[in-house]
Amino acid sequence: MKVELSWIDYSIIMIYFIFVLAIGWFLRKYMKNANAFLEAGRSIPAWVAGLAFISTNLGALEVMGMAGSGMKYGMLQTHFYWIGAIPAMIFLALFMMPFYYGSKARSVPEFLKLRFDEKTRGLNAILFAVMTILASGISMYALAILMENVLGWDYNLSLWLSAIIVLVYTYLGGLSSAIYNEVLQFFIIIIGLLPLVFLSLMDVGGWGGLKEGLEPIAAAGGYAPDAWTTTWKYTSNIHQNPMGVEWFGILFGLGFVLSFGYWCTNFLIVQRAFAAESKIAARKVPLIGAFPKMFLPFLIIVPGIIALVLFNDPSKNFILPLDTAGNPIYDYTIIMLLKQYLPAGVLGLGITALLASFMSGMAGNVSAFNTVWTYDIYQSYIRKRTDNAEADDKHYLNVGKITTIAGVLLSIAAAYIASKFGNIMDFLQTIFSMINAPLFAVIFLGMFWKRTTGHAAFTGLLTGFLIALAHHGLTAPEGANTLFKGGWLGHIHTYPVEMAQNFWTAIIAFSVSAILTVGLSLMTKKTKSDDELKGLVYSLTPHEVDKDLPWHKRPASLAIIVGIICIVLSIIFW
Amino acid sequence: MVDIRIPIGLMFSILGVLITTYGIFTVSDAGMYQKSLGINVNIIMGLIMLIFGILMLLSSKKKKKYNNK
Repeated sequence: MKVELSWIDYSIIMIYFIFVLAIGWFLRKYMKNANAFLEAGRSIPAWVAGLAFISTNLGALEVMGMAGSGMKYGMLQTHFYWIGAIPAMIFLALFMMPFYYGSKARSVPEFLKLRFDEKTRGLNAILFAVMTILASGISMYALAILMENVLGWDYNLSLWLSAIIVLVYTYLGGLSSAIYNEVLQFFIIIIGLLPLVFLSLMDVGGWGGLKEGLEPIAAAGGYAPDAWTTTWKYTSNIHQNPMGVEWFGILFGLGFVLSFGYWCTNFLIVQRAFAAESKIAARKVPLIGAFPKMFLPFLIIVPGIIALVLFNDPSKNFILPLDTAGNPIYDYTIIMLLKQYLPAGVLGLGITALLASFMSGMAGNVSAFNTVWTYDIYQSYIRKRTDNAEADDKHYLNVGKITTIAGVLLSIAAAYIASKFGNIMDFLQTIFSMINAPLFAVIFLGMFWKRTTGHAAFTGLLTGFLIALAHHGLTAPEGANTLFKGGWLGHIHTYPVEMAQNFWTAIIAFSVSAILTVGLSLMTKKTKSDDELKGLVYSLTPHEVDKDLPWHKRPASLAIIVGIICIVLSIIFW
Repeated sequence: MVDIRIPIGLMFSILGVLITTYGIFTVSDAGMYQKSLGINVNIIMGLIMLIFGILMLLSSKKKKKYNNK
């Protein structure tokens, strides 16, 4: 199972490391104040922020996980890219960015403070900070264990080395350095994985050959012959598609609640748009990111599907390591494909792509944690601003820098906890993924209904989270053999698959949170005047006029193009 | 601030030259390219990267000229 790297592969990895660090080094002289360090001085061009927006999301867990899921579920996995991302990105760009960016909030928690009140901000800031560190630790663990098992690198060495490189460039250049490097990493990920798609597709005889190769495999599993190459066709019945979910769960659970919760309210992602150089640029950021996003399935999901054919054809000699229960470890799909097809040289490039995806994800976590800790926790509760703006700025810049170090060290600690208690970490990550659903309900109501009050938002947010927790505790997917998958409070319902359980947890958390926030808003007094809410609420804000821009420069035209491409792709692979 | 196209262009040009050269030197090594279905992917990917790198560098130059006017 081991992959041997030669001197050329190591040279490629080294050159990549040098450039990543050099970008941080050249940016260090611009880091004169907290605003430059934590907000990139709001000076990033739209295309740069747009690619960084997608790159942050393209972390190691995403690349490894999506290829593995492609093998398990086939083209159905593209729901996470098309229905599960594009509509939310369009909505964020056209309808939410004007308020986020226009409010001058420096983070999503701070937006909650401006729109609602201090306690809502505090709750969200603390949950977000904990979640970010955990996520960063888990992906670090996943990468280090992969490198140990496949490349034979020492676990501790790869963990510390990759973390320290991320630390150095984010410490030197702050958010700007994270964003600039994300763009570089984006291109390396694309180019590093590109030969894999072409070679593997050629090997199985192109798209037609792939379809043919999948037919007997699908039939053996009791599915229609084209179950792995279609997206919506077999979603009317959970037993007819390998994912085990029906269209309503996909459309509402994934396409609405989970996707809008993630793309529209997760500060890790949205921060890239906050850093854009102007309001119009900020509105274009998610749309520019949407273009590569729509085509990423061909780069990471399709090779996973091909791996399924290879795995079932003994003449191909494609090996995937097995776990103790004898099931293939799907996360290893992408690296085993690299081993299968790439000779020395491009192999180094492929490994660099995996390292780059890890670093872009981790730097995203660190820079978002940094901003939330410094502004929303430290500045609000530990040391408030004083009269001396200049001294304050210096102080918060130092806090930001120290937080970068602390954030990386905490992530490393989380990675070691994950290596000892992997199940608990998976469980926590599942739980934290649920805080976005109520958060979206609250922010959405706050932006589009001026009557929404602070007390209602806080209660909606907290209750939504607790309901998500309770739902997870009371239900379990079929065949669950550990309480970390659910059912730790009792057992009232069994879902056919884990994904259905996750979709429904999100749907219920969102609905409860929305209903509660509306109900309580009507019962509580509105504490902020209309004047204070100007720029934060749709009906109280003068509407954006893009008429002075030529049509091809308007965000709306860009959104229409993105929407059309997404619909065409969905129809082709229906 | 720094134009990100310059480091990206530089890195891809350097990697492109390195990988293409490696591909040329290993051109007779049929065993090595058996994996990649007999295709010398190093030369192909190396050239793609080199072209991409040069395009990035050129576009950053063009922008500079425009800004100076």
